[in-house]
Amino acid sequence: MEQLTQFSATELARMIAGLIGVIALVSVNALFLIWMERKVAAHMQLRPGPMEVGPHGAIQTIADAVKLLGKELITPEEVDRPIYLLAPIVVFLPVLLCFLVVPFSQSLIIRDMNVGIVLILAFSTLTVLAILMGGWASNNKYAVFGAFRSVAQNIAYEIPLLLTVMSIILMVGSFRLTDIVAAQSRYWYIFVQPLAFILYIICATAETNRTPFDLPEAESELVAGFHTEYSGMRFALFFLAEYTNMFIVSAVGAVLFLGGWRGPILPGIFWFLIKVYALIFLIMWFRWTFPRVRFDQLITFAWKILIPLAFANLLITALVLKL
Amino acid sequence: MNFLSGLFTPQGVASAAFVLVMAITILGALIAVAARNIFHNVLGLALSLMGVAGLFLYLNSPFVALMEILIYVGAICIAICFAIMLSEPLYLPKPPRNRLKMLGAVAGAGLTFVFLCLLIRKTQWTPAVERSTDWSITTLGHYLLTNYALIFEVISLLLLVAMLGSIVIARGGRGSS
Repeated sequence: MEQLTQFSATELARMIAGLIGVIALVSVNALFLIWMERKVAAHMQLRPGPMEVGPHGAIQTIADAVKLLGKELITPEEVDRPIYLLAPIVVFLPVLLCFLVVPFSQSLIIRDMNVGIVLILAFSTLTVLAILMGGWASNNKYAVFGAFRSVAQNIAYEIPLLLTVMSIILMVGSFRLTDIVAAQSRYWYIFVQPLAFILYIICATAETNRTPFDLPEAESELVAGFHTEYSGMRFALFFLAEYTNMFIVSAVGAVLFLGGWRGPILPGIFWFLIKVYALIFLIMWFRWTFPRVRFDQLITFAWKILIPLAFANLLITALVLKL
Repeated sequence: MNFLSGLFTPQGVASAAFVLVMAITILGALIAVAARNIFHNVLGLALSLMGVAGLFLYLNSPFVALMEILIYVGAICIAICFAIMLSEPLYLPKPPRNRLKMLGAVAGAGLTFVFLCLLIRKTQWTPAVERSTDWSITTLGHYLLTNYALIFEVISLLLLVAMLGSIVIARGGRGSS
């Protein structure tokens, strides 16, 4: 009895510390990523980007965030009120939950669950539901179109994503993220599973609704897609969730293919963050390199190219492992 | 006071968690049945299934809980949303509920409930700990492909039938236009 309370007290302390750490990371990460995106975009287009606030515009996004905090929360008249208000919260919760199992270093992990990767995959599907809620409840045709596109796209790209992740799981024989990192002590899986890595990055880009797969929020045709009717902090929550999702898919990519926190000299957390931000940079690079695909191209690409390739990769992995 | 101190024992926390999970499940189920807006129905169903996932978590099987979320909330509910895209627009006036249909639904659900209750009372339950202490994912996988292979196959047969049905419906539509 005494031990049980002792146990739950330390567990509780660990949970609270983890939650505070994650919320701090999520906010700082989003602020940094928005600045990074603007800088990457600017330099790829041969212009300096934000330069005024702070050195090289480093605290520009803090100023933007303060502006957003002060903005009025407009609720349009004809919205489906309870769902309209819930959507920004629902989009953000699963994103926070995913951090429960992300291994930042050998010991820096909130809870090392034996179903770690399944947890991330399961909760990231809730984001689609939240996008659908927001789009539908806004009662705006552009928002609904954006939401519907997002659903079709996410269903199509989730299948190859799961299949690619499965081929790594087959090699490791465990869903635990620390086991996956431990299995890459000799070589990174990107060298034995290059096709899986390419498939994973494509699917991750699509799952996070990033260009060239950003049809749910295509500015030139749908205003802003599913979050057209949101303003102020509610809009900011959607934005925050998007950038945090980018961090999570990149973190999973780093764990699955780049050996997680492993690396020489520097402590694990630095290596992990270097790998994560390198993958994020790759995704940003896509955005400023490829034009947005057409909707039929998007769906055809998923069903006729990615899924067969992912299946073939899974089969070959299973065969090679058994031989 | 006694009640409050009771709540902070492991037993109390467990009971509170159970009540919370059941409340979420039943609330979601009620929304799924009673709401007149079809989109609210789907969200209620999703909430209810999240509650069921919580129930699995309460029973210490996180893998099944996460599969519940991944498959039922993540895939089934979103597939239902596809169906909503094809249904009638929501701004049209809704026809009043059919009394006879409601009675039939209540009778059907009631009969299922009674049947399940009888079945639960009749079954000799052995605690999971007595049957086995190893409930890892590997064991679950072995069970699915040995003892419960039939159930596994029947489910895939069901999916095959559903797929054939949808192909037949879709092809018919294309031919007639």
